[in-house]
Amino acid sequence: MNIHEYQAKEILKRYGVAVPRGIVATTPDEAEAAARELGTPVVVVKAQIHAGGRGKAGGVKVVKGPAEAREAAAAMLGSKLVTHQTGPAGKEVLKVYVEEGCDIAQELYLGIVVDRATGFVTIMASTEGGMEIEEVAAKTPEKILKQPVDPAVGLMGFHTRKLAYGLGLEGDAAKNAQKFIAGLYRAFVDTDASLAEINPLVVTGDGQVLALDAKMNFDNNALYRHKDIEALRDETEEDPRELEASKFGLSYISLDGSIGCMVNGAGLAMATMDIIKHYGAEPANFLDVGGGASAEQVTRAFQLILSDPKVEAVLVNIFGGIMRCDTIAEGILTAAKTVDLRVPLVVRLQGTNVDLGRKMLAESGLPIITAETMSEAAEKVVEAARNQ
Amino acid sequence: MSILVNKETRVICQGITGSNGRFHSEQCLKYGTKLVGGVTPGKGGTEVLGVPVFDTVAEAVAETGANASMIFVPAPFAADAILEAADAGIEVVVCITEGIPTLDMVKVKRALAGTNTRLVGPNCPGVITPEECKIGIMPGHIHKKGPVGVISRSGTLTYEAVDQLTKLGIGQSTCIGIGGDPIIGTTFIDALSLFKDDPDTQGIVMIGEIGGTAEEEAAEYIKENIKVPVVSFIAGQTAPKGKRMGHAGAIIAGGKGTAAEKMAALEACGVHVVKSPADIGKTMADLLP
Repeated sequence: MNIHEYQAKEILKRYGVAVPRGIVATTPDEAEAAARELGTPVVVVKAQIHAGGRGKAGGVKVVKGPAEAREAAAAMLGSKLVTHQTGPAGKEVLKVYVEEGCDIAQELYLGIVVDRATGFVTIMASTEGGMEIEEVAAKTPEKILKQPVDPAVGLMGFHTRKLAYGLGLEGDAAKNAQKFIAGLYRAFVDTDASLAEINPLVVTGDGQVLALDAKMNFDNNALYRHKDIEALRDETEEDPRELEASKFGLSYISLDGSIGCMVNGAGLAMATMDIIKHYGAEPANFLDVGGGASAEQVTRAFQLILSDPKVEAVLVNIFGGIMRCDTIAEGILTAAKTVDLRVPLVVRLQGTNVDLGRKMLAESGLPIITAETMSEAAEKVVEAARNQ
Repeated sequence: MSILVNKETRVICQGITGSNGRFHSEQCLKYGTKLVGGVTPGKGGTEVLGVPVFDTVAEAVAETGANASMIFVPAPFAADAILEAADAGIEVVVCITEGIPTLDMVKVKRALAGTNTRLVGPNCPGVITPEECKIGIMPGHIHKKGPVGVISRSGTLTYEAVDQLTKLGIGQSTCIGIGGDPIIGTTFIDALSLFKDDPDTQGIVMIGEIGGTAEEEAAEYIKENIKVPVVSFIAGQTAPKGKRMGHAGAIIAGGKGTAAEKMAALEACGVHVVKSPADIGKTMADLLP
């Protein structure tokens, strides 16, 4: 789960991580009042959307005084911000964060992730602040310091010393950086984060170390023990169909193609998308109905797929292991009664109770195209979409 | 022969009284697995499916001589269950549970280092040595005893591959679902090294997916160590960047972990990579001696 910059900074403050003072605003009036309250000669107005690359897209403005803050907020609020991470449609700005300006002497990078290869929480730091870390990793990997933290002992003093001095910091700045890193690590572990990224981390002229930007993602599997974090979820940032799907325990992701897919199991769902492409078409979605879906969930899944106007044909690919093929058949038949089946439907069932499932579909009188294998199913659905 | 489990393996189920645990324990018993007991705290002394239920794993091991465990405990308590099994000296722990917090698994993985316990999963379909022992949720009837080892991050996609093999008359030595989470107990390399030492495994099917670099690491290992043919399919060739494709671990993060990178790495190390999931079985059929 993602949250906004201002929410991440509120969390970090609780862990003693230094952040500039800032106030959230939803109207130009509020932005002006916020700038006045902050009282610094320079303030920064930042669009709050769940995507990076805001600066280049015009979503971060450095302004002088409350009147200019108002103007900048008025231009951003309600507009669609298009960054390299939002896709061409962009994201509507509903909130801005008005923050005090600061005297930047140096821009650094600090990030924490779980390293899948080692299985350790790993802190990454770099002198290349402000750049995307993936770019730094590709071009100058030697400029990234990596410090794994053994979960048996947690964060030690030497970890933070190595990083702070490794970044070339001295004196107060080195001390403040160590405190900053320790705070960020505590925040990461305490909240079950999957990513905590401070880019840039700035060192000010007087040796303060501050989070100029802050991004935090959280492990969805751990949200049950962090109700406060779950409450920060901003549903306006999510794809409406994906949101709807999650309410019914379905895993759905919108894609750009024309073949709607309904599959059980994430791996098979991805493989089904791949085989559709192999036969010359593009999938309209990823949809995993899960291992033990009910007939009702299957119906919902069907409605969801057909609500996408791009869909020209639907492929159902089920390998019944836990899930029985007759349950899937029942779901399909119920769905067919409640939604207008406006496009061809290809169904491939395999596994437990397959004969019963196939019989139910055959006897339903619905114009269902059946297939025995994945390749046959993919070929038939691509063909059916072409004939539409 | 086989790896990890065989007809001598004595299995308990942690979470046997829950609906999933009970259903799949019954399926395992029907398959012929030596399921010798179950564990549910507070239900010790009762009986389910004709096997005794214990309060603790230690008790179950002492009474039944179990050396493998199948875990269906809900995600918030699964880390505890895995470590309880390890503490009781269980050698093979298969965790089916999906949705365990990543940081719980970070601790579990560290705690298991240096013990004699091998964890398979979590978030996996389990392990099966056909016609001997099934520990997990896979449909037993699609499997057949034979020479091909199967390793996969997926569940149903593994069934698809196994089904293709069986329909071509090619059986399996052992099939391992290593799980779709970012932190897992048994990696591709761990499973490959077990198959390497099994003289009866004459070919290996390896099914990967987007996210992480486990397939790339496995590619290097295969090049250096594996003498039998390896066929691989990587799911998610059409997956968009930055989106989690169902599995917690299936995400292209920062442009890394794409199917194209993995396929290229595997091909460069002599693995037979198939682009279509429908070609897994027949490609292996052509390569077997």
